[in-house]
Amino acid sequence: MERIQLSHGGGGEESGKLIRELFYRYFSNDILLAAEDAALLHTGGKIAFTTDSFTVSPIFFRGGDIGKIAIAGTVNDLSMMGAKPLYLSSSFIIEEGFEFEKLEKIVASMAEELGKCGAKIVCGDTKVVPKGTADGIYINTSGIGEIVREGISAATIEEDDAIIVSGDVGRHGAAILMEREGLGISGDLRSDCAVLWGVVESLLAADIPIHAMRDATRGGLAAVLNEWAVQSGVCLEVEEQRIPLSTEVQGICELFGFEPYDFANEGTFIIALPAEYADRALEAMRSHEAGQKAAVIGKATHYKDGKVILRSAYGSSRYLDLPKGELLPRIC
Amino acid sequence: MPLTLNNLYEDFRDPETIKAYASLIAEEAARLDEQLSIMEICGGHTHTIMKYGLKQLLPSNIDFIHGPGCPVCIMPKERIDHAIALAQMEGAILLTLGDMIRVPGSKSSLANERAKGYDIRPLYTPMDALRIAEENPDKKVIFFAIGFETTTPMTAVLVEQAIKRGIKNLYFHINHVLVPPAVDAIMSDGTAKINAFIGPSHVSVITGAKIYEYLPTRYDTPVVVSGFEPVDVMESILMLVRQKVEGWCAMEIEYKRSVTMEGNTKAQELIAKYLEPREHFRWRGIGDIPHSALKLRDEYAALDAEKLFADILPTEPIDDHKLCICGTILRGLAKPNDCKVFGKACTPTSPLGSCMVSSEGACNAYYRYMEV
Repeated sequence: MERIQLSHGGGGEESGKLIRELFYRYFSNDILLAAEDAALLHTGGKIAFTTDSFTVSPIFFRGGDIGKIAIAGTVNDLSMMGAKPLYLSSSFIIEEGFEFEKLEKIVASMAEELGKCGAKIVCGDTKVVPKGTADGIYINTSGIGEIVREGISAATIEEDDAIIVSGDVGRHGAAILMEREGLGISGDLRSDCAVLWGVVESLLAADIPIHAMRDATRGGLAAVLNEWAVQSGVCLEVEEQRIPLSTEVQGICELFGFEPYDFANEGTFIIALPAEYADRALEAMRSHEAGQKAAVIGKATHYKDGKVILRSAYGSSRYLDLPKGELLPRIC
Repeated sequence: MPLTLNNLYEDFRDPETIKAYASLIAEEAARLDEQLSIMEICGGHTHTIMKYGLKQLLPSNIDFIHGPGCPVCIMPKERIDHAIALAQMEGAILLTLGDMIRVPGSKSSLANERAKGYDIRPLYTPMDALRIAEENPDKKVIFFAIGFETTTPMTAVLVEQAIKRGIKNLYFHINHVLVPPAVDAIMSDGTAKINAFIGPSHVSVITGAKIYEYLPTRYDTPVVVSGFEPVDVMESILMLVRQKVEGWCAMEIEYKRSVTMEGNTKAQELIAKYLEPREHFRWRGIGDIPHSALKLRDEYAALDAEKLFADILPTEPIDDHKLCICGTILRGLAKPNDCKVFGKACTPTSPLGSCMVSSEGACNAYYRYMEV
C-alpha cells in the first residue's frame, strides 16, 4: 500500500510528483497551474476573507469526511457574509505513513464540493510531519469571496425580525459522537455537512433583505442565538416545538442527556430577517436539499436584551444559554 | 407500527396533558392548608423540573426542595483525591463516568490531571472497561465506580465479567451510595422543612418501591415514586396534593410502567453477591452516614483498588470551599440562588462545588435552565 513519506513534504521530486499527480489533477484551474509563488487573483469590488483549520476525528464519518468539511466550512463562512465563494487556499499537514488512497479520497471529496459552488483552489501547501506527531491529517483552507450583498451582520437584528433555521439541528455533532465513541447505535444518522452557497445564492437572488446569517457550527444553535442576542442587543424568543429535530438526534440526546441545540452543524444555518419576508425566504430555501426543512423558530424582541429564551408549548420558559464545558473535542 | 424511542416519551411530554395537570393541581392546591414543600430526592427530577420549567406551572403554595440524589454532587473531596492519586500511579488508566471528571477535589480535578497527561477516560458504558483492560494487559485499569442503586448492578456485572473472563488488571474503587440512609439522615436531622417526597424511579426499578415505605410510617410524610418525564412529575405532584387535601399519607407509585414493590430481584441478588454495605460513608455536605454506601465484599479484595493501593490514598476528610453551600443545598436547607458565589465565582465552566458540575446537580440545573 502506498503511503505518504516525509519526502512528500520535502519540496523535492516526490513533493512535485504529489502536487502534479494528485492536487493538480483534482483541483485543476489556470491560476493554480500557473504554479507561481502566489496566486494572482482578479476581484472587482469588496471581498470577504476567512480561514479555518480542520482536525476532525474520525477523518471519514457518515455524511462526509475531513475534505468535504474543509471546503464546506470555508465556503459556508463566506456565504454567510453574503459573499460568493471564489478562491480558496488549501494546506495539508499529513502524518508520515498516511495512506495515499485515503488522501486521494479526501482530495476527491474536496473537488466534488468545489464543483457544487464554483469556487477554485488557487494555492496550497503540503507538509509531512513524523509519525506520531499528528493524528493522520489536518487541513487548513482560507477563502476569498466577492460580496454580493453588503451589510449582513450579527449586529443588525431588529425587533420583530423572524428567526429561521435552515434544517434540523445537531446532526453533525451527534454523528461524530456516535462514530468516535463507538456507541454501537445503528441508525440513519448522518452529518449534515454540506456546501451552503446554493441555498444562500437563491436567498440573495430573491432580494430578501437578510439582517443576519450564520452557520451553526461549533456551539450549535445555542451559540449562534446567544452571540446574536448580545451583538444586536435584542432578546431572541424561540418556540421549542418549532425547532426541526431528527428522531436520531433527539434519541441520542435522550440517551446521553445532551441538548440538541448545543450540537454542532456543518450544513445548517440561521437567518434573521424582517418577518414579512419569512415566507419568501422559506420558499427560496426549500427548493434546495440543504433547506428543505427550513422553519421559522422564533423572533427578536426587547423582552430581555442579550438573552435567548426558549418557550415550551405548555407555557413555561427558560433561558437557552451558551453550551458549557467539554461537549465534544475536535468535531471539525 | 414499530415502537420507536419517541413512543417512550412523547405522550409524557404532551403540552395539553401538562396544561391539564397544571390546572388540576392549581384547583386542588387551593384547598391545601399549609405550604407543600416537596423534596425531589433525585437529581434527574431536579433536571426535569428545571428543564421543563414545571415550577412556573405550579401555584405559589407548592415548592421544591432539591435532594441529595446526585452521585457526583455527594462525592466528598477526599474521594476525588483518591481518584486522582490512582490516576497518577505509574501505568494506570483511570475510568469513570461522565461528569465525575470535572468535579474539583482538594487541589485538582480529573480533567486537570488528564490535561497533564495522565490516562483518564470517561466512559459511556461501564462495560467498556472490559475492553480497555483487555487491550492494555500491562496497565492497571481502575474503574472508579459511582452512582446510586440505579447504576450499581452494572458495576456488579462488570465485576462478574472481569472474573469470568480472567481479567487480572481491572480494579474497582467503589463509591456506590444508597438513597434510603441519606434521606433518613436528612429527615432525622429535622431542620429541612419537607412535607412530601417525589421518589426516584430508576433507583426504584432496581430496589423496588418498598425502600421508601419508612417515609410515611416513620416520618408521616407521603412519597410518590415518579417517572422522569414532565407529565410523570406533574401527575406525582397532583397525587401528593390529593393525599394532603384528603388527609392521608402513603407511599404511592406513579411510575407504574417500570416500578414494582419488589424491584429487580435478579439485580439485587447480583449486587449482594459482590457488594456489601460499608460501616459508614462521608457524604459531601451531609457528613458521615452509617451503612449508606457499598464496598466490594472481602472475598474480592484482590480487585479492590481501595485496599490494594491503600498506601497512596489520602484518608483525611476535606471540607468544601468555605463560600460553597453545596452541603446546605444537599440537606434541603437552601436553594442554589441563595449562594453568594452562584453564577459568579461558581459556574459550570469553573465550578467551586460539586452541585455545579453534574447536570443532575441543583446548581447546574438552576444555572443551565434559569427561569426567565
